[in-house]
Amino acid sequence: MLAAFGMPTARAATKAAPRVVVIGGGFGGASCARLIKSADRGIAVTLVEANPTYIACPLSNAVLAGLRPLEQQKFGYDRVRADGIEVVHRKVTAVDARQRTVRLDDGKQLSYDRLVVAPGVDLRFDAIPGYTEAAAEVMPHAWKAGEQTLLLRRQLEAMKDGGVVVMSAPANPFRCPPGPYERASLIAHYLKTRKPRSKLILLDAKDAFSKQKLFEAAWHELYPGLIEWVGLSSGGNVTRVEPDTRTFVTEFGSHRADVGNVIPPQRAAAVAALAGVADQTGWCPVDPVTFESKLQPGVHLIGDAIIAGGMPKSAFSANSQARVCATAVVDLLRERTPATPKLINTCYSLVAPDYGISIAGVYQPANGLLTDVPGAGGVSQLDAPKSVRAQEAVYAEAWFKTITQGVFG
Amino acid sequence: MIRRGYAIVAATLIAAPVSSWAASPPGAAACLGCHTVAADGSPVLPLGNFTAEQIVTAMQAFRSGTRPATVMNRIARGFSDEEIKAIADWYARSKTK
Ligand SMILES: Cc1cc2nc3c(=O)[nH]c(=O)nc-3n(C[C@H](O)[C@H](O)[C@H](O)COP(=O)(O)OP(=O)(O)OC[C@H]3O[C@@H](n4cnc5c(N)ncnc54)[C@H](O)[C@@H]3O)c2cc1C
Ligand code: HEC
Repeated sequence: MLAAFGMPTARAATKAAPRVVVIGGGFGGASCARLIKSADRGIAVTLVEANPTYIACPLSNAVLAGLRPLEQQKFGYDRVRADGIEVVHRKVTAVDARQRTVRLDDGKQLSYDRLVVAPGVDLRFDAIPGYTEAAAEVMPHAWKAGEQTLLLRRQLEAMKDGGVVVMSAPANPFRCPPGPYERASLIAHYLKTRKPRSKLILLDAKDAFSKQKLFEAAWHELYPGLIEWVGLSSGGNVTRVEPDTRTFVTEFGSHRADVGNVIPPQRAAAVAALAGVADQTGWCPVDPVTFESKLQPGVHLIGDAIIAGGMPKSAFSANSQARVCATAVVDLLRERTPATPKLINTCYSLVAPDYGISIAGVYQPANGLLTDVPGAGGVSQLDAPKSVRAQEAVYAEAWFKTITQGVFG
Repeated sequence: MIRRGYAIVAATLIAAPVSSWAASPPGAAACLGCHTVAADGSPVLPLGNFTAEQIVTAMQAFRSGTRPATVMNRIARGFSDEEIKAIADWYARSKTK
């Protein structure tokens, strides 16, 4: 590793404080910046994040259902600054991995010894004909929490009883694999309690999805007849949308919605391509031990933007990867060899306020990818009693508190 | 160089026990997605509450299925005896510092 990528820079050689720049202050980047600083205060860490307020996606489906205010999803960077990290609220417009510099939208330039890129995803407005940024003002994606979440919430509130909500979910890979199904569940909860004659159709570009058996059993039990899931082979693939009439066109026909929610295909956020760390799939290949880019030395990547093998794109994964990446960055700057890591992911989903289910996995590097440790992980028990579902709902919220406290608190 | 590196890590461990994740054995940092080290009121108990023996016993029971769990059974199955021992020792150490 050191031989391949560890080219000691002039700074490291003269023993000046090594400099790390982190792009993106989400679950991945903000964690990683703080963990690097806490492991080695002698490293100068700069975090570049476009927005002064971070709005977390996990539990934002509960905001849609009216179960939680958006305010509880918002976090600032005061505590990150208090750790001695320089936080710059600017957008990165260019990365030169050879010169080891980052350019910001005010023209300023930062140089680094190691760069961590954690920019999350971009929604692709070139993937579904008709689904442009303007269309998202009529048929929200709500796949980045904030105004979009509130817009979809308002539309659900304004819908008449007996209305039809149509959602569409993309093919893999995308941010938060169980997310669309948690969303369908919680919207169904809202409809059942407030607009019981309404219906939800979920058009899916695939034939199988995360925690499918658990979701389907719960839908059958809690929302009989309310949710209709249409998989790929039954005509779930959306080929076009018509925002004027809120219509979803599929290979098999078309669905006119009273409220339409399009979760479009995604790719690593634009800065990844600018930095030359995304491949032709739109995602970023990394070394599973150090999270260093396979395409550009000195650049590390974590979170939704990476090709993580078995690990799903989740806040939990991003945080777990941030811990490993931070250790590796410090080790490489201090000329130590990073150890082989082990990572965990767990995604909780709420099917109803007191009904939680989860999927877990343990991962280790194998064949250049993060691979499931055989025998570990899996989903919640299919025939568990209500009390266990209630417990998991409590643990879901506890997880959110613990992780956001760790990242921003 | 290598010796100097370890000295820095040891100093961090003592100075900041709660975030002393550096130089932790494989997998230990990942537990902190749900657990903390020090008590913070979460229903998921802080690992600093337990001795190394208690953590090893709990993890082995989760792994074999003799202790009921919502999620720890699925997680514990991903770790060997040696890994569990190293993680348990590390949490027990970070507590006392
Ligand atoms: C509805 C929904 C529900 C979800 N529920 C869960 C859940 O229950 N559990 C779970 O684990 N995960 C969940 N997720 C997934 C989770 O939100 C993401 O996986 C997580 O946010 C990824 O973290 P990240 O750090 O990679 O990216 P992000 O959190 O997106 O952070 C990236 C940051 O980079 C910044 N950025 C990007 N480009 C630039 C640039 N050029 N310059 C400066 N800054 C830039 C952005 O502003 C952003 O703040 C959910 C997602 C959705 C949509
Ligand atoms: C997804 C969240 C999550 C992760 C990650 C996690 N735990 Fe847990 N842990 C729990 C929950 C929830 C419980 C309560 C038992 C249950 O329902 O599974 C628990 C219980 C425990 C207990 C028993 C505490 C007692 O009451 O005696 C120990 C010990 C423990 N975990 C250790 C670990 C270790 C070590 C790791 C990392 C390898 C870890 N946990 C990772 C959620 C988690």
